[in-house]
Amino acid sequence: MTAKAQSNPTDFIINTGNRTKIGESILKLTMILCSLVAVGVTIGIVLSLVVEAIEFFKKIPITEFLFSTEWSPQTALRTDQVAAEGKFGVIPLFTGTLLISAIAMVVATPLGLASAIFLAEYASKRSRDVIKPMLEILAGIPTVVYGFFAALTVAPFIRWTGSSVGLEVASESALAAGLVMGIMIVPLISSLSDDVINAVPQAMRDASMGLGATQAETIRQVILPAAIPGIAGSLLLAASRAIGETMIVVMAAGLAANLTANPLDAVTTITAQIVALLTGDQEFDSAKTLSAFALGLLLFMATLLLNYFSLRIVKKYREQYD
Amino acid sequence: MTKTPIITARDVDVFYGQKQALDKINLEIPENKVTSLIGPSGCGKTTFLRCINRMNDLVDICRVEGEIKIADQDIYAANVDVVALRSQVGMVFQKPNPFPKSIFDNVAYGPRIHGLTSSKAEMEELVEWSLIKAGLWEEVKDRLQETGTGLSGGQQQRLCIARAIAVKPRVVLMDEPCSALDPIATAIIEELIDELRKNFTIIIVTHSMQQAARVSQRTAFFHMGNLVESGPTKTIFTSPKDERTQNYITGRIG
Repeated sequence: MTAKAQSNPTDFIINTGNRTKIGESILKLTMILCSLVAVGVTIGIVLSLVVEAIEFFKKIPITEFLFSTEWSPQTALRTDQVAAEGKFGVIPLFTGTLLISAIAMVVATPLGLASAIFLAEYASKRSRDVIKPMLEILAGIPTVVYGFFAALTVAPFIRWTGSSVGLEVASESALAAGLVMGIMIVPLISSLSDDVINAVPQAMRDASMGLGATQAETIRQVILPAAIPGIAGSLLLAASRAIGETMIVVMAAGLAANLTANPLDAVTTITAQIVALLTGDQEFDSAKTLSAFALGLLLFMATLLLNYFSLRIVKKYREQYD
Repeated sequence: MTKTPIITARDVDVFYGQKQALDKINLEIPENKVTSLIGPSGCGKTTFLRCINRMNDLVDICRVEGEIKIADQDIYAANVDVVALRSQVGMVFQKPNPFPKSIFDNVAYGPRIHGLTSSKAEMEELVEWSLIKAGLWEEVKDRLQETGTGLSGGQQQRLCIARAIAVKPRVVLMDEPCSALDPIATAIIEELIDELRKNFTIIIVTHSMQQAARVSQRTAFFHMGNLVESGPTKTIFTSPKDERTQNYITGRIG
């Protein structure tokens, strides 16, 4: 120590060469490349969607695609066949998607919010440690399992219940798919909302309780209003997940493109139709196949918009307390 | 002004889990006076303060033994409604914590949940009264609908005081109300405290000996979970009986 403490010019080494520079730049380059893969793939997917969708719109006008109410994308085997032209009106698919997502949100919002409030405000540490992981297991169940649960357990149950009270229920009903999808997105809502509620400062609870408010009053009048932007964000994220969900609807909602608001009818969704259009051997220049890309583009834009707004809401909320 | 104390604490013990935070506290607090609780950090003065409106109930591992009476009623008795107790014993916290609501709604929050007013006009009158009492009315009367979190730190703290007194409590507890404020805002709040004691009994926890000397009539000195001594502020500061008090107020410990 004493030797070093003296100012000997040879101890003061600063020209150690390029070791740090080369190491740093290799690392930096690797990281740039890795992140470029993600960006590149995204751009690639969007481009392929757009290019193929444009091909499709050359065959079917975009106005017909967006505004016509009939969907039956069969292609003719012979040119003189009846109904040789497929019908590519996306509206029944869109309403089907919305109907199922709406049912899912109606199921998931109260369940998810109530569990989030319970976890954040009422649960003891012990029960929180048990319940939170259980909810997260729900999020880890593969959607195909939810799918056959919906198709083989819930749908027959609804049909049976319906017929016993004299209602006619399709064997593949929007209700069955929506209910199960609702259960699937509960953990998404509860976990995000729980985080948001926990982010409300303890000082707010103290202030309210110190004024003699009950816990319920505190939650209703202070905590929820403060957390509502974040909760709205979590609901929007859950909705966009529901709209893009495929497996459950393929298995439980059916393929009949009915334009209906009746949850007991069979409906189909954008995702389920894309699966149907692209399974099996396909000609890649037929309107039927190309329509999958147009559907994909539409779905992509819808969920992109939802995600964009939900992230903005969540971000705006975060700025309030940081 | 009554001679009998409004608050009496007898043999109060507080435990956090296994750890004892307060040991056999006996203290009497007179009505319509300012009583300051002083002592080094971790001595238990805030813990004692939070016993008086049972805010310690919110801490799972906290256990309170002994007896605290306010106006001759045991506040830890089984039939006590904590909500009613807290409406009688208000609290102002260390850091200003207005709700992210409008200035008006901040003050109206307590009266609303307790149903203190029966008409809009009455509520407006009560909010105005509270803001005047808290010395904030002149500064905010033209912007009652603006959010309370947009005020300066000192204004926020006066808003919190207005919010606390809007419920018309008997006792107002203040937990280092000026520690987050600059000297000017502090001076304003200290004047306010002196004004408020006409209507309320005030107990204030403070780290500033000068503040205790300026605002309070009675002082209690806590040290390591014990109440070392209490009495008129003048006596505590000029002729303390205990050596620890002497050391603390002269700045040798703490």
